Amino acid sequence: MASGESRLRVQKENDVTQVEFVDRNILDEANIQQIGDEISALIDAEADPKILINFSNVDHLSSAALGTLITLNTKVKGKGGELRLTNIDPQIYEVFVITKLNRLFQIYDTAEQALGAF
Amino acid sequence: MTGRDPNGSENEVTLILHNDREAIKRAEIAFTEDVGSYAYPEAATFALRLAFEESVINAFRHGHAALPDEPVQVSWRAGPDEVRLTVEDNGPGFDPEAIPDPTLEENIEKPSGRGLMLIRAYMSRVEFNEKGNRVTLTYERPSASEAG
Repeated sequence: MASGESRLRVQKENDVTQVEFVDRNILDEANIQQIGDEISALIDAEADPKILINFSNVDHLSSAALGTLITLNTKVKGKGGELRLTNIDPQIYEVFVITKLNRLFQIYDTAEQALGAF
Repeated sequence: MTGRDPNGSENEVTLILHNDREAIKRAEIAFTEDVGSYAYPEAATFALRLAFEESVINAFRHGHAALPDEPVQVSWRAGPDEVRLTVEDNGPGFDPEAIPDPTLEENIEKPSGRGLMLIRAYMSRVEFNEKGNRVTLTYERPSASEAG
């Protein structure tokens, strides 16, 4: 169930906000809503948001989670910032390929590569 | 709630599910455990779990948009060669062919409309009844050559 606890681990390094998920499965719509709200607040807090979302903990995600990522990407771009994704499990990456969202998002194999490209 | 009886034959499992996340989660676990008892590859379990999630959520979100307290019926039969999952809602039904292609340039930044596409990509067969309120998904175990 959704609760007051954060669904994210957030770390800011230089000017990049790095986000990891607490949950291994990003399926529950209430949790997805909470995750979206939390990352949205991180975007709001930056004039020029540079957000790196790390999927290293994630085993499953649903199309609702993809929808939230798209909304966040649009919001970041609207502020002239950048959203990057990294450490996506091959099975989950296939979901991005099927939906062609691998073309919409900037996806990197490792956090180091993603950070280097900001 | 297992679909496999002690002598190893396949049973159909039928559940009436309300839109309660914990109940959906329990059903999803029962389904994946049942599939798991037939030693499908990990990729198949991933695909079936995703298809379960997307079809049940579609039933509640779209089928029961105007019926928030109505349950949906979920049934499955797992076996050594294939897994079949049926999800039926009490809504008005829909035309699956009318769903826009979410991969087109004009739709790629829309946040919804990908669930059915993912189901179709991962399942061997996806069949709707005429009314469009019941979907039956079939996953066939890949042959040894297909599995590589």
